[in-house]
Amino acid sequence: MNWLTRTISKVFPRKKKSLDIAENAWIKCSQCQTMLYSSDLEKTLFVCPNCDEHLQIHPRIRFKNLFDGGVFEEIKYPSGFTDPLNFKALKTYKERFNDARQKTDMDDCFLIGYGQINNINVTIAAQNFHFMGGSVGASAAEAMIKAAEHSVTNHTPLIVFTCSGGARMDENQHSLQSLPKTTIACQMVKDAKLPYIVINTNPTSGGVSASFGSLGSITLAEPNALICFAGPRVISNTVGETLPDGFQRSEYLLEHGFIDQVVHRKELKDKLSQIISLLLKRVA
Amino acid sequence: MNTYLEFEKPIEELDNKVHELKSLNDNAPSDNLLEEITQVEDKINETYKKIYSSISPWQRTLIARHPQRPKTREYIQNLIEDFFPLSGDRFFSEDKAILGGFGKFRGKTVLVIGHEKGHDTTSRIEHNFGMPRPEGYRKAQRLMKLAEEFDIPVISFVDTPGAYPGVGAEQRGQSEAIAKTTECCLSLGVPIVAIIIGEGGSGGAVAIGTGNTVLMLENSIYSVISPEGCSSILWKDNTKTVEAASALKLTAEDMLKIDVIDKIVKEPIGGAHRNPHRIIESVGDEIEKYLNLLSNQHGNDLKHARQERYLQIGRSGLFSDKTSAANTVLDEKFGKSGSKKRFFKGLLSRSILGVIAGLLFVGLLVYLFI
Repeated sequence: MNWLTRTISKVFPRKKKSLDIAENAWIKCSQCQTMLYSSDLEKTLFVCPNCDEHLQIHPRIRFKNLFDGGVFEEIKYPSGFTDPLNFKALKTYKERFNDARQKTDMDDCFLIGYGQINNINVTIAAQNFHFMGGSVGASAAEAMIKAAEHSVTNHTPLIVFTCSGGARMDENQHSLQSLPKTTIACQMVKDAKLPYIVINTNPTSGGVSASFGSLGSITLAEPNALICFAGPRVISNTVGETLPDGFQRSEYLLEHGFIDQVVHRKELKDKLSQIISLLLKRVA
Repeated sequence: MNTYLEFEKPIEELDNKVHELKSLNDNAPSDNLLEEITQVEDKINETYKKIYSSISPWQRTLIARHPQRPKTREYIQNLIEDFFPLSGDRFFSEDKAILGGFGKFRGKTVLVIGHEKGHDTTSRIEHNFGMPRPEGYRKAQRLMKLAEEFDIPVISFVDTPGAYPGVGAEQRGQSEAIAKTTECCLSLGVPIVAIIIGEGGSGGAVAIGTGNTVLMLENSIYSVISPEGCSSILWKDNTKTVEAASALKLTAEDMLKIDVIDKIVKEPIGGAHRNPHRIIESVGDEIEKYLNLLSNQHGNDLKHARQERYLQIGRSGLFSDKTSAANTVLDEKFGKSGSKKRFFKGLLSRSILGVIAGLLFVGLLVYLFI
């Protein structure tokens, strides 16, 4: 941004759209199909009061509940729109991207926050599934790198909430190469001997689970989250194998040894501060 | 028997003709026949040139998957002496979708890993069509660490439709296996040269295709999703493969433009399957060249250069100035300074631009009012 654009944006401030949820007052639970009122849901952290299903939650609402007193600093990352392929399927990538920005009021699928949880400084990056399925392209990869750099410079643990369908096809290679890129981000944090904690939320699949989603020093998951490389539909369509009960859900992964703990959303804050205190040998 | 792709059909007729003429010549050799053979062969080359001058990304996809295209096994047979194959991940099983072993490449010990698709029905099933399960990736990790232990460079051949999407593979942590293998590639203290020889299918390819140098054959493809998959997801229609292949920009030329690969290895006329020995030799020459370039570098430098290579991909457009995107944490770690200088330089150039714009604006005002 130079002085000109800065002045222009000061004189004509862009109208910020309120969050999508405010517009859609009623939300249907994906599990038990109950119609739920969104302001009620905010109180339960978007967990269905009827069946305890953990619905997708906007990172900003998550952060408000996670950080002490709801206070956090939002960390910006390089998020210009790039369209290396000039991609167009039924809709152009640009249209889809701008729709997502409007809908979510986010730069890309990541939101990075810096603040305290139970008096411990942490850097948290969370994905929003409503931003193009939480898909990772060049700028989302930069978000992970930015979050890692922030964590290393401020000597804070890095906590990442994954929520993604995987790669952003519209960017092809810039998206595919985000696998090594985000892996480097994880290495930075680990090399600095800081805890890198991943919480897999519903869903975590494809390129995200095949990179930073699976590289946590500690890996937690929210209940009943779909966590996989290839989705259940892909498996039954291409290989035709029958899928076992609870296949690829958090509890199943816990049983098969890929998750440390399945944690209810309301207990996450305390669990996170507990493990960080232990790892960093903090006196509580 | 040769397999001909749909757009190669004109060649099939000419090939048959050459075949016929040759057998005639074998029975009763004559100069006329020989001359005719050369004529038809010239025509074949011409037709190939014509076909390949306007080849579409979808056609390239078909060539990349051509059943007779040389596979990892053939590269190993022809380029590696003294090959000593290694098997198993030491946890669960052996996965033949990824081959691996030590051997001598032009006089020097190397580790070779690579996807193997198989060449006939039996071997294709044996190698699971080049679609690895977690064990294949874990074996690759084991071998790469072994190579590092003995300071041996790694050559990696990439040729896979993708990682295997099966119940067992998922149960045993396909994502974890891929993520850890990519991580292993990125942290290795020995040179890695990766070559995409056929299909570079998504995460399954990246896992062992993350190197200091990445080469790609002219008619290979590299993509986050197959054109078929892309067509059914984004077009909601299984038949839009031609459009999807074009939209994905998955050819070697496209990869070179965005620095995902370092060099395209030219294929002989008619594609690698037309002259396997020639392409295998060219690939060998390129690998030798790049391994020599990397061989004198220190382990830590190799690692840093590899990480820097991947960090830079996709940054143009996101950062106003490519150099200001240099990684501060990595630079600090590896003892490089200058990012601060670059920052101030960037700031300076921006303020200069601002001043110029301001002057122009004032000039315009003056011009308008006088």
